[in-house]
Amino acid sequence: MAAPARTPEQETARTSFRDELRAAIREALRADERVFLMGEDVGSYGGAFGVSLGLLEEFGPERIRDTPLSESGFVGAGIGAAIAGMRPIVEIMTINFSLLALDQILNNAATLLHMSGGQVGVPVVIRMTTGAGRQLAAQHSHSLEGWYAGIPGIRVLSPGTLQDARHMLAPALADPDPVVIFEHGSLYNATGPAVPPPASYDIVSAAVRRAGNDVSLICHGGSLPKVLAAADALAAEGISADVVDLRSLRPLDGATIAGSVARTHRAVVVDEGWRTGGLSAEIAAQIAELAFYELDAPVERVCGAEVPVPYPKHLEDAALPAIVDIMAAARRTVG
Amino acid sequence: MPSLGADMTEGSLVEWLVQPGDTVVKGQAVAVVDTAKSAIEVECFEDGAIQELLVEPGTTVPVGTVLAVLADGGRTDAPAGATDTGETAETTNTAEAGKTVETIKAAEAAKATDSTKATGAADTAKTTERTAARTTPLVRRLAHDRHVDLDSVRGSGKAGRVTRADVEAASRDSGRIRATPYARRTASELGVDLRGIDGTGTDGTIRARDVRAAASGPTTPARPASPAPAAAPRPAVSPEPPAPDGHAQARRQAIAHLMSKSKHEIPHYYLSTTIDLAAAVAWMREHNRAVPVAERLVPAALLLKAAAVAARKVPEMNGFWIDGGHVRPAAVHLGVAVSLREGGLVAPALHDADTLSLPALMAGLRDLVRRARTGRLRASETADPTITVTDLGDQGVEAVFGVIYPPQVALVGYGRVLDRPVAVDGLLGVRPCVTATLSADHRAGDGAVGARYLATVDRLLHHPEDL
Repeated sequence: MAAPARTPEQETARTSFRDELRAAIREALRADERVFLMGEDVGSYGGAFGVSLGLLEEFGPERIRDTPLSESGFVGAGIGAAIAGMRPIVEIMTINFSLLALDQILNNAATLLHMSGGQVGVPVVIRMTTGAGRQLAAQHSHSLEGWYAGIPGIRVLSPGTLQDARHMLAPALADPDPVVIFEHGSLYNATGPAVPPPASYDIVSAAVRRAGNDVSLICHGGSLPKVLAAADALAAEGISADVVDLRSLRPLDGATIAGSVARTHRAVVVDEGWRTGGLSAEIAAQIAELAFYELDAPVERVCGAEVPVPYPKHLEDAALPAIVDIMAAARRTVG
Repeated sequence: MPSLGADMTEGSLVEWLVQPGDTVVKGQAVAVVDTAKSAIEVECFEDGAIQELLVEPGTTVPVGTVLAVLADGGRTDAPAGATDTGETAETTNTAEAGKTVETIKAAEAAKATDSTKATGAADTAKTTERTAARTTPLVRRLAHDRHVDLDSVRGSGKAGRVTRADVEAASRDSGRIRATPYARRTASELGVDLRGIDGTGTDGTIRARDVRAAASGPTTPARPASPAPAAAPRPAVSPEPPAPDGHAQARRQAIAHLMSKSKHEIPHYYLSTTIDLAAAVAWMREHNRAVPVAERLVPAALLLKAAAVAARKVPEMNGFWIDGGHVRPAAVHLGVAVSLREGGLVAPALHDADTLSLPALMAGLRDLVRRARTGRLRASETADPTITVTDLGDQGVEAVFGVIYPPQVALVGYGRVLDRPVAVDGLLGVRPCVTATLSADHRAGDGAVGARYLATVDRLLHHPEDL
């Protein structure tokens, strides 16, 4: 018996991570005239990763603004615009380049509310691409989200699903404080059906993407598809994995993490960033703090190799958390 | 460079009194050191031969610097001349400067750890120095593998060195249990003792599943592989998962199950006799006069010892009824029923109680009761009592007829020690007496044997000096 044909609705509902990001920006531009997009090549080129393709034609150069190649300059301009009452979306091409703007983000965006005694909020949203996997070599491929997640004064988001790509932006723009959104480069082409947000949608909770009893696989962003694939393969071995998608890296949803560990008593943290002092270390520490008496095995971490991300495909693959690595770590916890 | 005063941070070597190759003996002056206050001779801490002088005369070096290397009978290298920095407080003369054991250890540490060329080692952690100083790399690795804390091991080797055998012994005795936090919590909730559980995790780590397996194991204890005490059965626990609201309730469940099982399966018979304790009490008072308060005996110690010795003399009362047969271990591990403050009771074993001296038994009893009431019993103690004693004397009752603790075959009960009128040699006297009872398994023996057991207890208590 043949599978039922797709309905036209289902066909049109199929979408991509990139399209969902663009739809979110378009919606925000339409909804609030204070919103504008700025960044390198976001205008006529359509964005280095094609996220803003077509938006210049639709909204014009006042609201889709190409900037000079100066991260510190244009991120600072975005912060200034936010202080002045606008709701800028600043796109930084890759996380590596964002280090040039780190002074603006850390010393200005994250601190001004504090320094001004609560008078000057900075409602800026900064989007940037993160992560490896596309042979862009060591200056375009790192995962430094954990560094940002350590900065008080900003909110750090890491969407890993089409739903979050589509729906995280609006609450981020509504946040009166700076929000940094990390888009993993490997996700832009991910496709699937568009899923409307639940009524209780927020940008502070972690989400359990798959329920299981034997081991918690904790991840975010670009690692989520790998972890879900690992969970499928583990299920075939009889290991039932609980997949926690962090979504928000700052603040971390410790309650959901601890709740998952309380169900499974074992945890594997998957993070493409470097292990030492990384986000995975913070999560492991929180597990120890919040769920120590639930642990039936040492916390395992699957992280990016502590090297500059290599250019050759086989070496790059070897430097990143792989599905087999995640499975092996899960097996070690279950023993 | 020894610390020759609490405020000394460095010293300058004035001259060497020995040369490489010289044989030196402990206490011999080997160098002259100039401190801010005066020139002082430094003594060697051990016998040996000077292998190498590391510091040139005229050089000022921080306290803790290795001055020389001492060859120890050609076997090991031990630097001389350094000291446990800062530890030797107010040591202002040579005689005291370097003769503590710690001092030589510190000096060796400087060499052994390699982490310091000893310069400015003033802050090197004392513990690290001691540990490293007393051990070889092999021993340290063994200790690491066995999870033995070297600082807690008493060295039996030369100069207090911790040897491989010390670590192996400590590994056996330390009782450090490698269990996950969740396993510990689960064990606590199920009322299971972690000791004696075989871990299936890495390096034998006990995990929650091991605890649950132990908790839900067969309620009829497995037949011991041999009558050896080590193979004694596990304490039986309820097959039903106990209610989650805690330890006490889990224990209540376990007791309920065990006692029901006992009364269902074991045909109890009961005997009772009243024993004149005049001799025992008199002997005890005399004994107590001669020892510090903390070591004084109480009548319970004598009663327990008598029960244990009697179990050895009447082995039909000792051991387990398993699979239709009486297993008689050679040893007597006396279970002592201890009521717990939060309710319930446990009956951990005083191992080899029949062979313990009374003071040792008394100390063991104190320790056992304290640990029972703080939940720190060892698995071997809860697992292998071969006969149990319940003493309800402190509760004021005159006699107790107990329920046998399966799969044991007998339970001895003692009531309160009371002054009673007793006929002795045709006269009426008032003497301290106790009612001893025996609950015994009729499958394992008959009333005559039980009577012989109680009579033996009686006889033993009349000759306390032999206990």
